Amino acid sequence: MRFIRSIATATVLPVLLVAAWWFTSLGSDDFFWPPLRDILTEVPSTWFEGRLGADVAPSLLRLSAGYSLALAIGISAGLAIGLSAPLRQYCEPVFEFLRSIPPPVLVPIIMLFAGIGDSMKIVVIAFGCVWPILLNSVEGARSIDEVLHDTARVYGLGPAARFRHLLLRGASPHIVTGARQALSIAIILVVISEMFAASNGLGFTIVQFQRSFAIPQMWSGILLLGAIGVILALVFKLVENRVLAWYFGLRRKQ
Amino acid sequence: MRAPWRRGLVGVGVFVALLEVVPRTGLVDPGYLPTAGTIAGALGEQLSREAFWSALLDTLRGWSIGLGIAVVAGVAAGIVIGVVPALRAFTASTVEFLRPIPSVALIPLAVLMFGTSMQSTLVLIVYASFWQVLVQVLDGVRDVDPVTQETARSYGFAVPTRIRVVVWPAALPNVITGIRLAATVALVLAITGELVIGSPGLGRQIALAQSAGAVEAMYGLVVVAGLLGVAVNLSIRAAERRLLRWHVSVRRENAV
Repeated sequence: MRFIRSIATATVLPVLLVAAWWFTSLGSDDFFWPPLRDILTEVPSTWFEGRLGADVAPSLLRLSAGYSLALAIGISAGLAIGLSAPLRQYCEPVFEFLRSIPPPVLVPIIMLFAGIGDSMKIVVIAFGCVWPILLNSVEGARSIDEVLHDTARVYGLGPAARFRHLLLRGASPHIVTGARQALSIAIILVVISEMFAASNGLGFTIVQFQRSFAIPQMWSGILLLGAIGVILALVFKLVENRVLAWYFGLRRKQ
Repeated sequence: MRAPWRRGLVGVGVFVALLEVVPRTGLVDPGYLPTAGTIAGALGEQLSREAFWSALLDTLRGWSIGLGIAVVAGVAAGIVIGVVPALRAFTASTVEFLRPIPSVALIPLAVLMFGTSMQSTLVLIVYASFWQVLVQVLDGVRDVDPVTQETARSYGFAVPTRIRVVVWPAALPNVITGIRLAATVALVLAITGELVIGSPGLGRQIALAQSAGAVEAMYGLVVVAGLLGVAVNLSIRAAERRLLRWHVSVRRENAV
């Protein structure tokens, strides 16, 4: 019974909102605000007949390539820097500056080096995403208890075991925070870089619809983009719950 | 205290030196990555231009208006939703759903509605920074000490007084964290909007420099964008320390 009630509580407002949109837009002949019915009827013919593979898949591939690159670089560099106080002090102001550059302005710069192909987009995504991951990994490595370091040493853990069980584990709550921020940056950057220069991809297609005044199609693209954002956030939450299960358990005990 | 500061300066020095040496040695084509000296020169040249200053002003105006709207709306909505438990339960799923929608998805819509004027960029700024504030305020209101709340209730404080005396001070650290996050996000989206949509501001100057092939000017403007971000971040952190001085001190007293 409680379960049903919580489901009901969670769904009432979204259902009401969608219904409100559906009915208020039903008779709309405003060119820019088409009825929701028209937008939804456009979805299958717009996206499911080829575009899913031709535009959505490349966007997602670029996103995952750039994001994984940022994770690999950010975590390894961040943990290394976090372990050494002098290194951290040397790097801090430069990182502070590089992090403050709004990532989309890197698109024109990286276009100089990497042209307008996939590698440009991947580099842009990686460069934009790496800072929150890196800075949080630095914090994470720093925040590990001294006693744990000493314990690991006393027990004679080898470097590999120390890295995996002490450093990576201990820093993971911070790393996850950084990775979550980076994920929303990644989505923004994949869309922006495709709006700039591309021949396929979600960002490219949506702007194409807008320029050709295919308004219901454009709306369907916006909804799809929103859905992708929501799904990625959900997947992240699942991964987080798995990776940080020990941490949440520890917090509950305290 | 002095050593970290000096090391940071050394780090910046090394970074600038690398930026000077790498293009000079031909490791990277200087046409793609100008030397630090050339960038500084282009930056100086920008500083003497009227167009640069008006662009900077436009960016700051869009940023502050957008941030202002988002903060007022976010704090108001956050307190109302946070104080009424039923509202929180009903809106939780909607907030969780709307928040991860990337703000750039709204770019085509904003362009259709407002063209290349500042309003288009404002839509993006407000949308993106509103959630940052709202979520933090909700967290802050939730973490208000239950004993304090019960005390206020049994003393018969009216709801407005309770909000003013109990909820607001307790949530203030979260509110300020929200504002800090929102300020950064707002600046990113201000410049992004200008760059992609073409509304007036620093972002459009970067796009113009790019299409004119003025690589040095483009780098100079990117440096300005970065420094602007640093300035926003540092000033809000300073304000945070000032505003919350009482908070930390109160907690420390309680601990003793």
